Amino acid sequence: MKIAVLSGKGGTGKTLVSVNLASVAKESIYIDCDVEEPNGHLFFKPTDIKSEKISIKIPFADEKLCKGCRKCVDFCKFNALAYIINKLIVFDEVCHSCGGCVIFCPEQALSEKEKIIGEVQRGVSENVAVITGILNTGEASGIPIIKKLLCGIPAGNEISLIDCPPGSACIVMESIKEADYCILVAEPTLFGVHNLNMVYELVRLFDKPYGAVLNKCLEGENPAENYCLEKDIKILGKISFDSELGTLNSNALISVRENKKYRDMFSSLLQIVTKEVQHEPVINP
Amino acid sequence: MKIAIPVDEKSLETSVGQSFGRTPYYLIYDTVSKESVFLDNSAVASQGGAGIKAAQTIVDNNVNALLTPRCGENAAEVLKAAHIKLYKTIKASIKDNIDALNEGKLSLLEDIHPGFHGHGGK
Repeated sequence: MKIAVLSGKGGTGKTLVSVNLASVAKESIYIDCDVEEPNGHLFFKPTDIKSEKISIKIPFADEKLCKGCRKCVDFCKFNALAYIINKLIVFDEVCHSCGGCVIFCPEQALSEKEKIIGEVQRGVSENVAVITGILNTGEASGIPIIKKLLCGIPAGNEISLIDCPPGSACIVMESIKEADYCILVAEPTLFGVHNLNMVYELVRLFDKPYGAVLNKCLEGENPAENYCLEKDIKILGKISFDSELGTLNSNALISVRENKKYRDMFSSLLQIVTKEVQHEPVINP
Repeated sequence: MKIAIPVDEKSLETSVGQSFGRTPYYLIYDTVSKESVFLDNSAVASQGGAGIKAAQTIVDNNVNALLTPRCGENAAEVLKAAHIKLYKTIKASIKDNIDALNEGKLSLLEDIHPGFHGHGGK
């Protein structure tokens, strides 16, 4: 079962929740889809790492064949091409690798070349297979890396935790596309409610089963909890604002591997989530 | 000399547009004939690469110099390839900038910014 963990902004506790859930499972796969700043590996410190470079296709022009018709320039919705003084200029980092310009070129002057944009690292940390996506700085889109990260993740009973990028943009959509269940992590503030709403709307749009984990809970009123009650969002668990947990986490330690208290807490959260996933009817058997 | 200026409205009384790539219009002005033409910026609502497309429009209009408060690196690359000079505007008024250029008081735009190549939600 593929469980995606998401939130409307960074720092709410996606990595805390996904790393600890992956660690309390008997055996699991942890996939870091936050390719712009992957940090799950800092906790897992995986060994036996195997790296695989990820590349995309970028057009390049044969100047001898190009007649300057500009069909490619007009076609590109991202304006990755310009035709200046009888010469086609390609902006690699603006290109989205759709390949349309190559198809439309009537002179067959355009062909594609490979460009490395990042890598996928696979390693092991005790009971967890750790897969990390890394996008090189300055690249426009991490989608090709996320596609690679998520292909070949088993669909059966084996537990996979997908640590999503923050927000609700296309990079998050790609990360939750194949997920069986979505955990929304929220902070107990009005801003937290705004961010929760973003991911709530997204998972509804994608018709995914979902539930919320309320992180950093304090005494007194919790706007995120109120929001969950109002929208009838299932609250899977609450994590209190806890300096001990915060300290373990900021020292890049996996709390369930350090303290029985946290092991019990995340075990019961995993049980609840697993039960929720199994209750959901299978959409694509 | 033919110059281009990003502008907010189709009028000589309007002010200089604050973004080269996303400005709604361009003024194309001939410093010799004093003729002025306003162009729509077709890149204004682009998903991305607005600067590149806008620069292509400027190049296609055979402009010699661009007067702009700022310019991103991709647009600057296109303009440089077409040997178009970039000057930094000093005031909001179109006329003041044209006068300043004629008097040689405008300096070249040196601080090319890295552009806003975000794709939503970051």
